Amino acid sequence: MHDKTLRELADALGAGEFSSRELTQYLLGRIDRLDGDLNSFITVTFEQALAAADAADAARARGEAGPLTGLPLALKDIFCTQGVKTSAGSRMLDNFVSPYDATVVEKLAAAGTVSLGKTNMDEFAMGSSNENSHYGPVNNPWDLAAVPGGSSGGSAAAVAAGLVPAAMGTDTGGSIRQPAAFCGITGLKPTYGRVSRYGIIAYASSLDQAGPMARTAEDCALLLNAIAGHDLRDSTSVARGVPDYTAELDAPLSGLKIGLPKEYFGEGLDPAVADTVREAVRVYESLGASVHEVSLPHTHYAIPAYYVIAPAEASSNLSRYDGVRFGHRCDAPADLIDLYKRSRAEGFGEEVKRRILIGTHTLSEGFFDAYYKKAQQVRRLIRQDFLDAFEEVDVLMGPASPTPAFDLGAKKDPVSMYLQDIYTIAINLAGIPGISVPAGFVGGRPVGLQVLGTHFAEERLLNVAHRFQQATDWHLRRPAFAEENA
Amino acid sequence: MALEHADVQRAAHLARLGLDDNEAARYVDDLGRILEMVDQLQRVDTDGVAPLAHPLDATQRLRADEVTESDERERFQRCAPLVEKGLYLVPRVVE
Repeated sequence: MHDKTLRELADALGAGEFSSRELTQYLLGRIDRLDGDLNSFITVTFEQALAAADAADAARARGEAGPLTGLPLALKDIFCTQGVKTSAGSRMLDNFVSPYDATVVEKLAAAGTVSLGKTNMDEFAMGSSNENSHYGPVNNPWDLAAVPGGSSGGSAAAVAAGLVPAAMGTDTGGSIRQPAAFCGITGLKPTYGRVSRYGIIAYASSLDQAGPMARTAEDCALLLNAIAGHDLRDSTSVARGVPDYTAELDAPLSGLKIGLPKEYFGEGLDPAVADTVREAVRVYESLGASVHEVSLPHTHYAIPAYYVIAPAEASSNLSRYDGVRFGHRCDAPADLIDLYKRSRAEGFGEEVKRRILIGTHTLSEGFFDAYYKKAQQVRRLIRQDFLDAFEEVDVLMGPASPTPAFDLGAKKDPVSMYLQDIYTIAINLAGIPGISVPAGFVGGRPVGLQVLGTHFAEERLLNVAHRFQQATDWHLRRPAFAEENA
Repeated sequence: MALEHADVQRAAHLARLGLDDNEAARYVDDLGRILEMVDQLQRVDTDGVAPLAHPLDATQRLRADEVTESDERERFQRCAPLVEKGLYLVPRVVE
């Protein structure tokens, strides 16, 4: 049961091969046995999961089952979940039990899914390796010495290890796509505004977006059907109809125009990763697609622009953690300023402090035009690069990350860690969707092919990813860790 | 733009983030290198380019000015560190 897709599990539940309770108990047992070696969960919600599974089984017995009824999944610990600790990987929120549900959580529950718990992550989603979590790092099931990627590292590792068939992540600069690539699963970052951010603990509000992480593009489509849509409680969510994302999965790819941005195959890219990606592109050619070189001339400026905009928004968003209304509060404050300063000094980890300081500095008097305004202008040029490219081609393809998963502890310098996100970060600045699809292995560690489309091209991306998964079996490979412990 | 120790202390104070001198010294180095990387932006010609705040250039949606939320003070204060009679308690501000 642990290596089946959501679609296969739904069929099995529908055929009465097992109940949602049996499936849930089985996976909770795996989490109990195996997660000690991975640390992919911060909180496992045993009781709530069994209650939700029973409710799903009862709904099915009444003939009220939908496509996701009774299917287990996990939620990154950034989604507020009523009555459940929601920590964002931070000591600041270690004591925070959310009084309400995020819209995504509400929608997934309404669809009948069964959440098994909350997954580990870089603190406040700031990181590319999951090493910034207050709850400790996560190990990659393909190689326990490697990072799972970040910031949605727990979600990616849990799916890869067969602890859950799918998990929800968030992506501000690559935090769904890069861990999906590192862990050999499929991860979709939708268009900015496609999924409500209500109840998702904010990092950088003009970049944050939630999306599914699963074994196949088809499963991502099933989940996107459940979570996409306008939400009156998120003023940046887009009022636009939600198609059935599974409808076009099988559409043929003949005539598809693929662009390869030359900047995504340059210096810094591991040659073996480049070969793996080019091999994947050849599969598309055999499916009838044509390949064209394109240019995204401002690629080089995406990381600098991001490290102004994201920390600026973060410094503003994280000002709410004041030790007064919720979250960590220091002992015996001398006065109000001491209460703020010590609560925040004790509650936040090093990378979070670094970004708050950068953001506060660049927004402060005398620096605003040189940093924030300049970065927003460059952001427009970066978006224009993509819009120009999509005049010529239907999708863009390239690596999700310049290397496969690196070793735990290998990147101590913050700037070298930031540079890891070179192929994912511009996508958030432009607001376009992107998906990472398993495309091979280098040194026994998975490599992700990233496919990008223009705003609201999710249907096309899922179709392009699905057809690849019909033609290859990279997404069916499972780490020995998951199989030895079956 | 080079970063001084005083800049880090100033940002820390503005952000109400307690930093001792040792930590501040470490951040001078880190932040200096991050800002050096960020300074590459100055090489881009952005004359006449409008800043982009929302990737879809959407503007804030307006709604009718009606009460839609109910009073849930008690529920929301359950996760507060210190409350009394519906009020959040902090150290005395005015003597």
